[in-house]
Amino acid sequence: MADTMQFDLVSPERKLASMAAESVSIPGSEGEMVAMPGHAPVVTTLRPGYVSVVVGGETTDYLVTGGFAEISAEGISVLAEEALPKGEVTKEVLEEFHRLAEEDAKDASEHHSAAAARRVADCHELLIRHGT
Amino acid sequence: MANLKDLKTRIESVKSTRKITQAMQMVAAAKLRRAQESAEDARPYAAQMNAVLGNLAQGAAESESAPLLLRGTGKDDVHLLIVATSERGLCGGFNSNIAKLARVHANELVAAGKTVKIVTVGKKGRDQLKREFGDMMIDHVDMSGVKRLGYAHAADIGRDVIKRFDAAEFDVATIFYSRFESVVSQIPTALQLIPAKFEATEESSVVYEFEPDENEILDDLLPRAVSTQIFTALLENGASEQGARMSAMDNATRNAGEMIDKLTIEFNRSRQAAITNELIEIISGAEAL
Repeated sequence: MADTMQFDLVSPERKLASMAAESVSIPGSEGEMVAMPGHAPVVTTLRPGYVSVVVGGETTDYLVTGGFAEISAEGISVLAEEALPKGEVTKEVLEEFHRLAEEDAKDASEHHSAAAARRVADCHELLIRHGT
Repeated sequence: MANLKDLKTRIESVKSTRKITQAMQMVAAAKLRRAQESAEDARPYAAQMNAVLGNLAQGAAESESAPLLLRGTGKDDVHLLIVATSERGLCGGFNSNIAKLARVHANELVAAGKTVKIVTVGKKGRDQLKREFGDMMIDHVDMSGVKRLGYAHAADIGRDVIKRFDAAEFDVATIFYSRFESVVSQIPTALQLIPAKFEATEESSVVYEFEPDENEILDDLLPRAVSTQIFTALLENGASEQGARMSAMDNATRNAGEMIDKLTIEFNRSRQAAITNELIEIISGAEAL
C-alpha cells in the first residue's frame, strides 16, 4: 500500500491545492472523518468546517463552506463551494458566511429547511471557535 | 468629380475608425486570454462533479424516489429557455447566432403546443428576442456591472432557476450559449439543465459508499450541478464573445485598410484630373492669343 495519496481541493473557479498527502481530515456531514491511503471509496457531502491535510508531518488547514468529497483508495478530491487557506480566515469572512447561511435558511423551502438550519448552526460554531 | 476636400475628410474618418477597431481587437485578444484561463481553471471542478453525478445518477435515475431535478416532473409542457448572451455588441455574429438558435428552438416548442418561458442573461439577447417573444420573457439577469465573472453569479442564477422549478413553474430547462472552439469558431449550443442529463462516464468498477444516503447526496448535489453547468456555460460564453469580437474587429480593421487604399487612389486621381484640367485651360488660353 502506498503511504501517500493524491489530494485535490478544487472550487468552481479554480484548483486550490493538489498534492500528495499522508492523511486528510474532512468535515463530513455525518461527522468528521480522516481519509488515509487505501480508504474504501466513499462519496460524502461536507458541512462548513476545516479540511486538514497532513503532508510530511505538517498540517495545512483549509476552510470550506460546504460541497462534497470523493474518496477512493488512490486519492481524495474535495469539491468545495468556497475554500480558503486557514491563514486568510478572518472574523469578517466567517460572519459573512454566517449571514449568507441565515439568509438561505430564511427563504429555504420546507424540504430544505432542516439542512439550512444545520448550516447556520455550523457557521455559528465556526465563528465561536474562531473567536477563542 | 468628387470633391477633393470631401475625399480627404472621408479618408481621415476611415483612418480613425481603423484605429478604434485595431484597439478593440487588441483588447479582445487580452480579454480572451483571461477568459480562456478562467474556463480552464473551472474545468477540474465541473469534470469531477460530472463524474460523481454520472456515477450516482446511473443507479438513481430509475428509482422512484430520485429527486425531481434528475427524474423530471414527468411532463414536458412548460419549457424554460435560458438565453445567455453578452452585454456588449460589436462581436460579429456571436449574439445573433445564440439568439437564432434560441428562436428556432422556441418556435418549435410553440408549434408543438408547449408553453415557453424565457430568461435572458445579458442584454443583447434580450434586445433581439424581445420583439418576437416579449410576452414569454419572465426574467432578465443584468450582467453589465460584472467585471469578472465569478461562481457567485452563476449560483445566483442557479438558485433562481431551482426556486422556479420547486414552485413548478416549468418542467424542462435548457440553457443556450456559445461553446468556444477557437478564435474563428464558436458553436451555439443548447444544453438541457433540468431534468439533468449526465453523460455516463466510463464504466467504473469502483462501488462508492454514500454518506448520507444516495438520495440525500443527490438532493444536495443537483442544485450545485445546475449552478456549475450555468457557470461553465457563462465562462464558455465569455471566451466565445471575446473570440468573436477579436475576429470581427480583425475583419473590420482589414476592411478599413482596403477602403483607405481605394479612397486614396480616388483622391489621387481626382487631384491629377484637376491639375490636367487647369493645364489644358492654360494651354488653350495661350494658343488662342
